Amino acid sequence: MAVVEKSKPKIAVWKFASCDGCQLSLLNCEDELLNLLGEVEIGYFLEASRATVEGPYDLSLVEGSITTPHDAERIHSVRRRSRHLVTIGACATAGGIQALRNFQDVEEFTSIVYASPQYISTLRKSTAIADHVKVDLELRGCPIDKGQLLEVIGAFLAGRKPGIPSHSVCLECKRQGTVCVMVAHGTPCLGPVTQAGCRALCPSYSRGCFGCFGPMESPNTASLSDRWRQLGEGNHNLIRAFRTFNAYADAFRKESEALEVLGTRDAR
Amino acid sequence: MVVVAEGLDRLFEALRRREFTVVGPTVRDGAIVYDELESAADLPTGWTDEQDGGHYRLERRDDEAVFGYVVGPHSWKRYLHPPFLRLWRAEKRDDGFQVARDEAPRKPYAFLGVRSCELHAIAIQDRVFLEGEHVDPIYRERRENAFIVAVNCGQAGGTCFCVSMNTGPKASQGFDLALTEVLEDGRHYFVVESGSDRGAELLAELGGSEATEVELTAAEVAVKNAVGQMGRSLETEGLKELLYRNYEHPRWDQVAERCLACTNCTMVCPTCFCSSVEDVSDLDGEGAERWRTWDSCFSGEFSYIHGGNVRQTVKSRYRQWMTHKLATWYDQFGSSGCVGCGRCITWCPVAIDITEEAAAIRLDDRPSEQ
Repeated sequence: MAVVEKSKPKIAVWKFASCDGCQLSLLNCEDELLNLLGEVEIGYFLEASRATVEGPYDLSLVEGSITTPHDAERIHSVRRRSRHLVTIGACATAGGIQALRNFQDVEEFTSIVYASPQYISTLRKSTAIADHVKVDLELRGCPIDKGQLLEVIGAFLAGRKPGIPSHSVCLECKRQGTVCVMVAHGTPCLGPVTQAGCRALCPSYSRGCFGCFGPMESPNTASLSDRWRQLGEGNHNLIRAFRTFNAYADAFRKESEALEVLGTRDAR
Repeated sequence: MVVVAEGLDRLFEALRRREFTVVGPTVRDGAIVYDELESAADLPTGWTDEQDGGHYRLERRDDEAVFGYVVGPHSWKRYLHPPFLRLWRAEKRDDGFQVARDEAPRKPYAFLGVRSCELHAIAIQDRVFLEGEHVDPIYRERRENAFIVAVNCGQAGGTCFCVSMNTGPKASQGFDLALTEVLEDGRHYFVVESGSDRGAELLAELGGSEATEVELTAAEVAVKNAVGQMGRSLETEGLKELLYRNYEHPRWDQVAERCLACTNCTMVCPTCFCSSVEDVSDLDGEGAERWRTWDSCFSGEFSYIHGGNVRQTVKSRYRQWMTHKLATWYDQFGSSGCVGCGRCITWCPVAIDITEEAAAIRLDDRPSEQ
């Protein structure tokens, strides 16, 4: 049988409003990086190399959120040049920590922060990539988990569905035998409403989950908020918990807005 | 037989001589969990647990009781039906694939501190995995040679209801040795009975003495005390039929409002056995592995079949779980799927209580039209 040398799939990594941490997860795949480079051609990855290869690209990994009119245009150009587009990290999938602006008046911010605010061209809201173009897969996390990233690339190369679960962090805690910090220590934890993927990192160090991976598939945030109140947390702390890296993810946003309506009268 | 507290060291030695890996209770991260133990010093001596719905606290006892706690977040299924397991690894060869199974020789387990409700849970999983058409070879291999040292409960916890389920607190079956701990009048000893030939053989090595009437009575009283301390109760009379005729009861909507679908109840349940099988592939496509992991009927993917999810709402998932435990399990496996250990109540982050849910439906029986 004649063996045809197949060309390697071309991968691109794009950055929008973000801290670069998720792109770094790819470079942090130290043990697997050489294997990966044997299987794919890196066509565009400025964090790793200035050398670029023309598109179109077979797989684009997009980091960051859309915060400027320029980026709102640029993402369409990225999409046009990408056969598959996977967004990576809380910024790209939910607007990131910078989506905290979405709850405030951005013009007021710019007028205070910048000496010449007229030069600032920014959007009122920081939004997820999927709000602008079709996204084939969203990989959650702040930052993403490198094991999950390799799973997505491996599945892409094998032409199979990636095993990225959307259940709660609790399932990870229980599988690995981590003692529940909420039940056994009374520590408020977002694990029951947060998507797995981090191997329940914080609870395994006896900390409550911070919700880095955003809402799980069926997040009952109202019920969890009730429980946090029973543990002595006020609405103020609850709003802060839901408004971090995934503040603008639908379920977390709705819960924090509902809590705001309730008021911060019992803040502590 | 009566063995003094120091006899536990001899128990460890005797189990080690027989090449067992001893697994038992130990204190870790603010709870009494099950782990591999080196010696009796690893046991939770002087500790107890306080339990209620969604609440567990490790507390100091004012005595040196070794087994003076109830049950923790772990159960023995962690060892008999492991949460992560690689089933096989396949590697590409010129002429196809070479498949390798993980069959590393493993020392058999000795489980130390198994409660009566847990013995019943193991018996239930035996029926699931070992009886019927399809036997699980992984479970069988781990279960077959396991040595079981049971402990009769001298106290019950806030979420215990084994008396309702007729599964405790005294071990009646399925053990090699059963211990009852007695702390009385400055004495600390164990009344030990054997439940098998190998148990009797090992018991002879513990240097015990024949139990006196007084000692036997003290052990009986300890277990009787536990009977009176059950924190929960569940009326099982006609429970299956009750649940079958209340499929459309409004209570299911109410519990769904609180339920997080977080899967904790199923993970801590000593009889829940569901798992998922997932394949992973190497980046270079040269190798692939198949893994089995614990899964839960509360996750969406679990009930996803071709064309969609058959249980889309949390209501339908909670109803499926509770009805399976308390009703359909009888039809499927010939017994209740609940042993009254109370773990699902304690470890539910929002304190949903299976006994309370069943009682609420019983109180307001509303047969749905078929």
